[in-house]
Amino acid sequence: MIRPDAELLLEINDLHASVEDKPILNGVTLHLKAGEIHAVMGRNGSGKSTLSKVLAGHPAYRVTSGSVRYLGRDLLELEPEERSRLGIFLGFQYPIEIPGVSNLEFLRVSTNARRQNKGQGELDTFDFDDHVRERLQVVQMDPAFLERSVNEGFSGGEKKRNEILQMALLDPVVAILDETDSGLDIDALRIVAGGVNQLASPDNCTLLITHYQRLLDEIIPDYVHVMAAGRILRTGGSELALELEKTGYDWVDQQLAAEGVG
Amino acid sequence: MTSTSTRDLVSQPYKYGFVTDIETDKIAKGLSEEVVRLISSKKNEPEFLLNFRLKAYRHWLKLREPNWAELGYNEINYQDIVYYAAPKQQDKKKSLDEVDPKLLETFEKLGIPLSEQKRLSNVAVDAVFDSVSIATTYKEKLAEHGVVFCSFSEAVVEHPELIEKYLGSVVPSNDNYFAALNSAVFSDGSFVFIPKGVECPMELSTYFRINSGDTGQFERTLIVAEEGASVSYLEGCTAPMFDTNQLHAAVVELVVLDDASIKYSTVQNWYAGDENGIGGIYNFVTKRGQCRGVRSRISWTQVETGSAITWKYPSCVLQGADSVGEFYSVALTNNRQQADTGTKMVHIGPRTRSTIVSKGISAGQSSNSYRGLVQVGPNAKGARNYSQCDSMLIGDQAAANTYPYIRSQQPQSAIEHEASTCRMSEDQLFYLQSRGIGFEEAVSMMVSGFCRDVFNQLPMEFAAEADKLLALKLEGSVG
Repeated sequence: MIRPDAELLLEINDLHASVEDKPILNGVTLHLKAGEIHAVMGRNGSGKSTLSKVLAGHPAYRVTSGSVRYLGRDLLELEPEERSRLGIFLGFQYPIEIPGVSNLEFLRVSTNARRQNKGQGELDTFDFDDHVRERLQVVQMDPAFLERSVNEGFSGGEKKRNEILQMALLDPVVAILDETDSGLDIDALRIVAGGVNQLASPDNCTLLITHYQRLLDEIIPDYVHVMAAGRILRTGGSELALELEKTGYDWVDQQLAAEGVG
Repeated sequence: MTSTSTRDLVSQPYKYGFVTDIETDKIAKGLSEEVVRLISSKKNEPEFLLNFRLKAYRHWLKLREPNWAELGYNEINYQDIVYYAAPKQQDKKKSLDEVDPKLLETFEKLGIPLSEQKRLSNVAVDAVFDSVSIATTYKEKLAEHGVVFCSFSEAVVEHPELIEKYLGSVVPSNDNYFAALNSAVFSDGSFVFIPKGVECPMELSTYFRINSGDTGQFERTLIVAEEGASVSYLEGCTAPMFDTNQLHAAVVELVVLDDASIKYSTVQNWYAGDENGIGGIYNFVTKRGQCRGVRSRISWTQVETGSAITWKYPSCVLQGADSVGEFYSVALTNNRQQADTGTKMVHIGPRTRSTIVSKGISAGQSSNSYRGLVQVGPNAKGARNYSQCDSMLIGDQAAANTYPYIRSQQPQSAIEHEASTCRMSEDQLFYLQSRGIGFEEAVSMMVSGFCRDVFNQLPMEFAAEADKLLALKLEGSVG
């Protein structure tokens, strides 16, 4: 939902970042306002996933220049855990398995860290149990998954549901979803997309990172950005995704070649 | 990692590193037959005990220090050690009021309050300071149940017949180099006797504290559970920080008769040396239990976090038919620590069963080895063993080794061994952090998840403590 007077939540300006001294992001500029859903599309290696990792603060990525402001703060100054507590959420493309750590306990500690930051009280095990069971419905997840170790032995679809469950619990201001649709069959995709739609509100914004149009059939973006060679090459409305579906990314190569980049 | 990064946090101070300034009655450094006699006479020991010591000492002279473990350390100069040190005080304390307040204060600082008002409500404690026991709580209450829980020295005076009967019956004085040394010069420790049919009404615990810088600690623990008796016992250990190494060579013997059980838990937190490997305790310990009776049970649980060197293999001799031995271990090494630890399960009787669960965590430049023996004798028909050895590596400079030895002379037995190694990855930590969980807490969550099978075996009062201890030990070691 685009509103001219909406608050600017996340402001990425000319962001450059590298991994092991190899530049991956080469000047990304992106402004996200409250109520908006943005999609970043692009081929493998275009820098989409790197963008999401940098925003979440992954230690392997080094920001070389540019800035990211989040609600008036310098986001890049913050530790990953501080970003989460302040309302930045990254839904992982490949959620990590953590053997031995109970999913329920993990979700509770995580939720309480965020709640504390919002000035809400911590939930004890009983209150949290009620809370999480209610939130499970957002992704129609079986409560049995709460009793297992974090993501351990979960199928691809179950892992993605667990990610959206975390999003539902953490109530983020900026939700970045990295290839949330990958590895999902069409039913699971609908459930996960339904969860994301349900959680989108006039007060938060969503950044979808995806290869394919099919997720965007379920979650209609306000803006579509095409990323290539570490920057945003083109921005349009949801129709841009449909155009890409038809024409593919060949024009990207042509444009990059014309600029002498590709 | 950024500000929560590695090394500045590694130097997390050892909380128990203080020295108590107290007048000590120490004998001169060095070891000889005279020293052995002197220790014995200081404790007014009966003849049989002096003979036990002398025999051990003479045998020790013929032995050589073992070198088969995966450990490297400077040669120990046995003449440069004080073999007896005791805080000066009145000979016999009738009550806690007479114990030097400095000592009570020391134990309080260690989290082991001994005074009537503050002591732990459900745990009886024997507090050992350098070479002597200074106090034992709840003795009277335990006596009402017929349970004997006292310092080893006291037991020698009050129950010499039990000592004579059981001392050295599980770990003979000539068993190995360090056991022989201990048998010659041991100073104090704890004695527990649970009579027939009695379930010990509370947890028993001994807390060992080394205070003097040049003193070795050689304690002796003997626990006997008669037919149908049961007890849960926990030992804890700390020492001040010195830049020299101190020797700790203990012997623990457990005797379990028909249908009896002993659960023995250890939280070992001796000073581990600094990040460069300077100082720290050399911990050479012989622990063995004998399931003499049918359907008897011994369960060892250990959380080994301290010491520069750990050499320790708590074992079970499963003699009685249908007896059960268990070993649950978490061994954590950081910086330059070295641990070579594991167990021996010796199946002698028919249908004896044993379980081994070992979790090794190596961080820094440390080395952590599991060494275990499962032996099934010709009469152990239907014996079963299950072993699981998991290692977790933190960082890229730590080492983990597993040396399982299996010997079976009984075709109708089943032995299973599983082993795994994993690395705590940056991605796992990042995942937890990206969910608002701080770096240190994330490490601690993963480690306690890894150790859960073992922590579940600890008495409840200590499980949380063990969790915290591990987290503290690992602070800043990842990244």
